Amino acid sequence: MISVRNLSYQYDGTSRAIQFQDFSIPQGEHGLLLGESGSGKTTLLHVIGGLLRKYSGTVSIQDTALNALSEAALDGFRGRHIGFIFQRNHLISALTVEKNLALSPYLAGLPIDAARIDQVLASLGLQEKKKSRISELSHGQAQRVAIARAVLNKPSIILADEPTSALDDKNCERVITLLTDVARQNGATLLVATHDQRLKDRISNRIDLTTAP
Amino acid sequence: MSLLTLVWNYLKARPLNTAINILLLSLGIAVITILLLFSQQLEKKITENAKGIDLVVGAKGSPLQIILCNIFHIDFPTGNIKLFEAERIAKNRLVKKAIPLALGDSYSTYRIIGTNRAYADLYHGELATGAWWKDDLQVTLGAKVAELTKLKPGDHFASAHGLSDGGHAHEEHQYVVVGILKPSNSVLDNVILTNVESVWRVHEEHGEEEEHDEHAEEAPVRDSTFVPSPLIPSVAKGDSTKEITAMLLQYRSPMGAIQLPRIVNAQSSLQAASPAFETARLFSILGVGVDILMGFAYVLIVISGLSIFIALYNSLKERRYDLAIMRSMGATRTKVFISILLEGGFLTLAGSVLGLLAGHGAVMLLAGMAEQAQRTGISGLVFYPQEWIILVGSLLLGLVCAVIPAVQAYRTDISKVLAGH
Repeated sequence: MISVRNLSYQYDGTSRAIQFQDFSIPQGEHGLLLGESGSGKTTLLHVIGGLLRKYSGTVSIQDTALNALSEAALDGFRGRHIGFIFQRNHLISALTVEKNLALSPYLAGLPIDAARIDQVLASLGLQEKKKSRISELSHGQAQRVAIARAVLNKPSIILADEPTSALDDKNCERVITLLTDVARQNGATLLVATHDQRLKDRISNRIDLTTAP
Repeated sequence: MSLLTLVWNYLKARPLNTAINILLLSLGIAVITILLLFSQQLEKKITENAKGIDLVVGAKGSPLQIILCNIFHIDFPTGNIKLFEAERIAKNRLVKKAIPLALGDSYSTYRIIGTNRAYADLYHGELATGAWWKDDLQVTLGAKVAELTKLKPGDHFASAHGLSDGGHAHEEHQYVVVGILKPSNSVLDNVILTNVESVWRVHEEHGEEEEHDEHAEEAPVRDSTFVPSPLIPSVAKGDSTKEITAMLLQYRSPMGAIQLPRIVNAQSSLQAASPAFETARLFSILGVGVDILMGFAYVLIVISGLSIFIALYNSLKERRYDLAIMRSMGATRTKVFISILLEGGFLTLAGSVLGLLAGHGAVMLLAGMAEQAQRTGISGLVFYPQEWIILVGSLLLGLVCAVIPAVQAYRTDISKVLAGH
């Protein structure tokens, strides 16, 4: 469950401020954050994900107000409750696929469950790539590893920033199906920030930032 | 998964960079270790060998040469001194003990020393096999000499003039080995002991020698007015012909240190040399070389510290996104900070451990290969508490080099990095 109330964000060192519309997404449902570049999609996503702290208003995840948490507590909360998928599926290239995944529970302070890693890899068809180096993966495989990493800790929220913008129609279709399926399997709320009009038909719950009040 | 595995994998991902950093530091540490092992052991050996000897009296010349020749047996004598002159000094009430030394010959570069048992007692020499020398031309070997020349009790050998291998051989006089000493870890291990008379006999002219032989054997019984020399009992006191190389003195009281050198040097033919003073001078001469090498090692270490700093700083640029991702996965600022410090610490720790091992290894190799080094008895298997300082110091160096990159990692604005600005 994501809830945003009276949120406004002031950019560092500028007079530019964005006022966001109020919205909430119930637990387990999917939402689409639409807007052109510069409309504040990424900023909103980072605020919801607890990566940005200096804002006014209230953002609650699972009834926890994020600005009530200390920075270290917010780090822990982020690790346990929120999974990120970025446009560039940035994986740690010094580590194998398996270790990249193991990093997720380790950094969140959760026990590392080898069976869970196997299960998530299997559900994304990556069993054989478990011991592979990141440089040996194709783009599609790397994206699936990034998705696996985001869902490994069974987060209540999955935030995806432009996951499909660089993809052709076929791959776009594949990735959005994968994301919605994975979110459904893990009972997570999915929020996708994009300017990709192709996703409009796939997720009905839309927050349009271009028509912000 | 832990911070250590993470750090280890990052280092493994840049093998060349990691290797050069470790190598550079280990080189500096190895040089320091070698210098430490050599200077400490050398200093200890030199002090031990000079222990119990307060003053050396030899012929006029360089006091340092007198010490090098008569205590460490690595230099040539300054000349001879008359026995009766030595006796006069030995008689002084400030002298507790006087040991005569007659040098000149060697066997396969090991010096033959004509002296008495007091000399062996100075180094707590004990017999391993056989007996102490008693009659003329009998010798007792130091432990290393026996080990390296393979001589056993009962073996005969001819001495050669001087200290080098190719000296004129005194074939007509064969020494006989009667005993071998236990290792004493002192200069005693590297010398061949005999009595002063043997050294005289080898060096006397043929005709004179036979004449002297009779004299030496018959003298004590023949003459009722015979007063034996306090230094060499077989010779009459005040004998004006006999000469020795040097005399080692022990003072009866600290007053000796003030008066005896003056008394000795007042005689035109004699020179007094204080082992304490001369070895201190020797250290200060050697110290310059050691200091230069030390300085070189420190330069290496500083460069390796810089190189580690640059490596971490550069890798941090590439890793900004990695760090931001890790933060997004729940890593706290502190964890990220510590991971960079660990990386620096790991590099320098590995470098210093490797350097210490290489230093000890190099000394071991050197001590095992060169006979000259073997004689000094320097070993690579000695460890000093200073090595802990090296270890801790290099660990600190790593942390210091990593601190700026780590602070940068700590300050990383994850949102900005992830948004791609």
